[in-house]
Amino acid sequence: MHGMINRAIQCFMRDTYGGQTWQAVAEGADLGFDNFEAMLSYPDQLTIDVLGRAARQLHKPVETFLEDLGTYLVSHPNVEAIRRLLRFGGENFTEFLFSLNELEGRAKLALPDLEMPTLRVEDCGDGTFRLSCLSAMPGFGYAMVGVMRAMADDYGALVFLEHQGWMDSGEEIITINLLEAAYAEGRAFELSERIGGEV
Amino acid sequence: MRFDPTPLIAFMPMSLMYDDAGTIRYVAPTLAKLRDPETLIGAHISDVFSVRDNGRGNGEGPIPVGTKLYLNFLSGISTPLKGMAAAIPGIGLNLLNLSFGISIVDAVADYRLTSGDFAHTDLAIEMLYLVEAKSAVLEETKQLNARLQGAKVAAEEQAYTDTLTGLRNRRAMDHVMERMLRSGVPFAIMHLDLDYFKSVNDTLGHVAGDTVLQRVAKILLEETRGDDMVARVGGDEFILILNKFMEHEGLMRTGERIIARLQEPIPYQDELCRISGSVGITTTEFYDAPNADAMIHDADLALYSSKYEGRAQATMFDPKVHQGCVSDHVPQHARGESAA
Repeated sequence: MHGMINRAIQCFMRDTYGGQTWQAVAEGADLGFDNFEAMLSYPDQLTIDVLGRAARQLHKPVETFLEDLGTYLVSHPNVEAIRRLLRFGGENFTEFLFSLNELEGRAKLALPDLEMPTLRVEDCGDGTFRLSCLSAMPGFGYAMVGVMRAMADDYGALVFLEHQGWMDSGEEIITINLLEAAYAEGRAFELSERIGGEV
Repeated sequence: MRFDPTPLIAFMPMSLMYDDAGTIRYVAPTLAKLRDPETLIGAHISDVFSVRDNGRGNGEGPIPVGTKLYLNFLSGISTPLKGMAAAIPGIGLNLLNLSFGISIVDAVADYRLTSGDFAHTDLAIEMLYLVEAKSAVLEETKQLNARLQGAKVAAEEQAYTDTLTGLRNRRAMDHVMERMLRSGVPFAIMHLDLDYFKSVNDTLGHVAGDTVLQRVAKILLEETRGDDMVARVGGDEFILILNKFMEHEGLMRTGERIIARLQEPIPYQDELCRISGSVGITTTEFYDAPNADAMIHDADLALYSSKYEGRAQATMFDPKVHQGCVSDHVPQHARGESAA
């Protein structure tokens, strides 16, 4: 798994639960080092071990851990860059959802080695959308639930999200009910970071 | 009056025009490089493209107008396109303007496009420039990372290795032991102190001594398993960490086997070097909350019994015998000198 993803998991734990928790997980997973480097690549098994350890350390299911990780990626000031890149997806939550179709391609443009999940969003009518997520990392769909929940807050939309489990083909399915597109104020976003800099 | 699309199409080299029935009438020059215009003109637009919108398009026409469209060709090379359609009032024609979006990098290669294929107002060339520049920088960064990572691994390896014997050093031993204690893995430590090594050094010289130490290292590695650790922690002192090896008799046998092998004469030039070793052993099971200092201390006490009993033997730490007994009359730090 790309160092970016491993690094994100590490930063999430460090920023949310403290450096000691991360240390304990790194040791428990027998990493042999203290920090993931964002620009290196690591064996997939290492990521799976870290996730398993982290969930055990925090006494929560891996699914919940991943969902919290997704929320963190969008809402924590330390990783503001990710939220900004996602906001490039569109001017409202619906456009953002459709932009997920292009996320893999956009990410490849920036970092060709980054194994992004293949995301497909369909409009099922009546404000219901269906996201299918195919990833080398099982459970990525749960992280996407967290990401979408936080992005809905960011846009000020009111949504109901539900992970529907796995298809036989290995895809995870998530349904999104957009109850109200403009429920709350949402956070400001400017295309130029210079203008929108002060958060 | 017939509508002349030429000036409009010059601005939009990726556009086409279709009539209200959906039949393609005009194809702009860059789009003509993607698919043969002969086959496009006269075809129905939905026979050429798959078209998807975000569900907000309007109009009665064959494709939604006034909204963002996602298109791809139904046959041939896949090239995802972004587009937008608009009706031209009064003449029954519609304009569909297309752009590559993120497929631009593949498209310029697939269709051998040049800068002349893009409108002067299009940011495509800047985009391609940015992608190339970014890729070059990223590649440099990747190589730098690989070099730094290699250097880091080598430096760490060096920092944890005893250069003479290739065994781990004291720092590595401390590190591994701390880690094992934290993770709660049971293990034994075996403290080995060479006997008569000093006399080899004194009579045959340091080079002979080095030969002996290298031979000892080889024996210790042969007598331990892959997940054990052998460290040289002093001039002629070694600590072995034996992973999940708790059985006393087995540990004693291992210690005795090591001593027996150490006693095999080691050839150096025309001479034979004769050494032996004393061993003290303890395991994590002796402690409610094992810690490194206590374990090393107790292995030392057991080692001291071996020396005291006449060397060349192994002793298992025994809380009843060693606590407050041997430790009282043999100061721990005096051991190195007196034992050698």
